[in-house]
Amino acid sequence: MANQAPAPIRSFLQAAVKPEEAPLPLRVVQIEGLAILKIIKHCKDFSPALVTGQLLGLDVGSVLEVTNCFPFPIREEDEELEAEGANYQLEMMRCLREVNVDNNTVGWYQSTLLGSYQTVELIETFMNYQENIRRCVCIIYDPSKSNQGVLALKALKLSDSFMELYRSNNFTGEKLREKNLTWVDIFEEIPIKVSNSPLISAVMTELETDSPVTQCDYDRLQLATTPYMERNLEFLVECMDDLSMENQKFQFYYRNLSRQQAQQQAWLQKRRAENMTRKAAGEEPLPEEDPSNPIFKPLPEPSRLDSFLITNQIGNYCNQINGVAGQNFSRLYLTKALHEN
Amino acid sequence: MASGEKTVLQFGGSTSLNVKVHPLVIFNICDCYVRRPDQAERVIGTLLGSVLSDGTVDVRNSYAVPHNEFSDQVALDIEYHHNMLTSHQKVNPKEIIVGWYSTGFGVTGGSALIHEFYSREVANPVHVTVDTTFRNGEATIKAFVSVNLSLGDQSLAAQFQEIPAELRMSEAERVGYELLKSTAADKIPSDLEGMESTLERLLALIDDTYKYVDDVVENRVAHDNKIGRYLAEAVSSLPKLSPSAFDKLVNDSLQDQLLLVYLSSITRTQLSLAEKLNTAAQIL
Repeated sequence: MANQAPAPIRSFLQAAVKPEEAPLPLRVVQIEGLAILKIIKHCKDFSPALVTGQLLGLDVGSVLEVTNCFPFPIREEDEELEAEGANYQLEMMRCLREVNVDNNTVGWYQSTLLGSYQTVELIETFMNYQENIRRCVCIIYDPSKSNQGVLALKALKLSDSFMELYRSNNFTGEKLREKNLTWVDIFEEIPIKVSNSPLISAVMTELETDSPVTQCDYDRLQLATTPYMERNLEFLVECMDDLSMENQKFQFYYRNLSRQQAQQQAWLQKRRAENMTRKAAGEEPLPEEDPSNPIFKPLPEPSRLDSFLITNQIGNYCNQINGVAGQNFSRLYLTKALHEN
Repeated sequence: MASGEKTVLQFGGSTSLNVKVHPLVIFNICDCYVRRPDQAERVIGTLLGSVLSDGTVDVRNSYAVPHNEFSDQVALDIEYHHNMLTSHQKVNPKEIIVGWYSTGFGVTGGSALIHEFYSREVANPVHVTVDTTFRNGEATIKAFVSVNLSLGDQSLAAQFQEIPAELRMSEAERVGYELLKSTAADKIPSDLEGMESTLERLLALIDDTYKYVDDVVENRVAHDNKIGRYLAEAVSSLPKLSPSAFDKLVNDSLQDQLLLVYLSSITRTQLSLAEKLNTAAQIL
């Protein structure tokens, strides 16, 4: 018995120490129904304006638990009001702590329009949060999708390799190739789990019994998805324009680069020929490099971040279009079958 | 007699009120109850929302307010209540105080004191109770307003008058409702999974209808004119189209969808192609 006793203690210690040694990768985001409802309410009340809020919860091993959240007031571009916003945040956290809510910030949520969330601002916010919290997540909710019977909730985080690159602020082609980073690798989607306290589950089951048909079933069978598709395509076309702008920027850069290289070559040949004549005349050769010459100034390579983000958005729109079209197929075949019957 | 009339009048005024509670509020109350301090018997808090023009009190949000209860005294953290109120108003100025909630079954002794406090915050507050202990085997939400009992000009006491309360869900909340009700769900269903479950339900409903019609035709079940009329209505709601016109309609939409899929696929192919070319171009 005496021999056995220390074993569990050690294992407990080991268990406690382990996360420090190697942080477990974040695998699942577990959200409480309360938080989801709060997010839905806030985003829907202010839709189509985009809103944000803070997520509160606990970081347990590879699971990030989101147990509560609170909304931020709509931001205004004013120094004074910004300070007030920070005060509001502190005040809210303090108040919620008093009623025993977990007051650990674990990230933030924001609403989006047709999934157009891949912006530089999002990445910046992420970096800000990441500085203070080791593990944070961003929940994206799309209120426009809910009237199609879909709960469009997504948990995102930035991939580690992307963050490293962003910190060094180095988005040249060479670096990206070194890291083997493509546009797909910027964001990582984390699976969402929903949990509720048994009390809530019991109360809600009691208060609202199951009905055979819900409104959401009607919404899902709705055939008129044309406006949604139209807007998706519009956004897609806009993104394509942006992308071609970005491409032009790169073409311009490459043209300049090759022109510069040609100039450098010409200069070098001239210098070599000059050196040959000097050598023949018995004089010291001139150096083959001249940093003061403007043609040797390296051209700044444009950042690839923008084009990456745009590509990400395009990919997203394509997915959405594909998804809705897929649903439409089943709807159409259903209508056909019903009609034939 | 005069006093009797007076109570009757007030009684009539209060029954026109009814309360609609959003599920978020119930979730919040339950969560607060689960997280209540050790020694506390119940939690109380403020209800936010609006009073609609038809007298319905729409309760949309809530927050808990810490309190202490001794035998016949109640200490409410008023400062906390006001802080929280200003914070909430910053986000959504349209939501005002409409009353207060408490867990437990019906009204208890301290309730009158708290109600008096809220009467000073807002005219005619509602009091909602949620029975989290399942005292009589079911979860009940009840709503009350206070009615003054008066004799002539002299007010004698305040009485809690029960008013109807119901749960109201908005469309968006309904979407996730099935999911949010369970204690644990592994993932949020994707578009197609949601579609599948809807189709399954539709199939089950059609099967039920078939079975019912067959049963009636074969005299196994007594017929019901009402159901018959509903069925006839459902069948006649389908627009009458000639088969060729219908086929054309369906095929055209199918073509449209196929075009969309083609477009998005070609875009994606282009993207990955561009990606490859980009990296290749840089190596050179």
